[in-house]
Amino acid sequence: MTLTIVLLGAAALIGIGLYGALSQQSFVMLMMGLELMLNGALLAIIGFWSLALGGMPQGQLLAIIIMAVMAVEMSIGFALIVAVYRKRQADMTESIGTLKQ
Amino acid sequence: MIDLLVALLAAFAVWTGWRVFRVDSMVRASFSLMLSFIAVGGIGVLLSAPYIGVATVFMMAVEMMVMAIFMVMFMMNPAGLNPMSMVHQHRFSIGAGIVAAVALGAAVLLSPLPSDPVLSETDVVADLGHELLGPSMLIFETAGVTLLATMVGAVILSSRQGRYGDSDEGSRPPGLTPDGDPAGRQPEEGGGHDHHGGHG
Repeated sequence: MTLTIVLLGAAALIGIGLYGALSQQSFVMLMMGLELMLNGALLAIIGFWSLALGGMPQGQLLAIIIMAVMAVEMSIGFALIVAVYRKRQADMTESIGTLKQ
Repeated sequence: MIDLLVALLAAFAVWTGWRVFRVDSMVRASFSLMLSFIAVGGIGVLLSAPYIGVATVFMMAVEMMVMAIFMVMFMMNPAGLNPMSMVHQHRFSIGAGIVAAVALGAAVLLSPLPSDPVLSETDVVADLGHELLGPSMLIFETAGVTLLATMVGAVILSSRQGRYGDSDEGSRPPGLTPDGDPAGRQPEEGGGHDHHGGHG
């Protein structure tokens, strides 16, 4: 029962994060959507590890890897935002539309 | 009891996650995201993963402070006094989010979930330490090297210029059509970037 609750919460977090990552125009808000999806993944991993794996230590290792992914995503993401802003004075996705070509 | 607390924390995490895209100030959005992470950390502590839970709380508290600084740098709506809605392809995004959440939720509800909870006498933190510095040491070390590469990459990406000046000085992007105008926005002439030095 607890596992179901936790996994439903994780599914909702991933859905909200996907909505944010697809809909936000500002780069920083877009990254909050990505973070929210990783948050959902972390929640699901904690739930599975605690309630379905019988305490296998590899489950906790996976959670630590998710945290490392969060740190990488955040630092490289912000570095890219700063670099794009320096080059193009752009802080919105629409401003770099020529990438589509 | 644990069930109820976990359900409350999960609902709180989802609600604050939703608030991230509904508040009017980007700083408030980042603190809302922090609350969502703290709720997830609390679930970790409740579900006998104290190390993961506490590490999540600590890491996210610091990360969201950094994020709040970036929010101030790139803020569109200072102080959140006006309604803020900076969205594109809104309907598609709502649809994609709902479809993803409903599909994952249906998968959760329809599949037979295993039940093998951690025994209360298990020493989970010591287990994790032995795993990290034992059989899974390669993974752990790889994560460390990845973080080092991230630091180098972030510094290189965000530095103002390379050792020999701007990396794209004198360069001309290829045209969109043969012999056409160069792609991309033309850089402003006359050192227009310099007055943004305060952002560095």
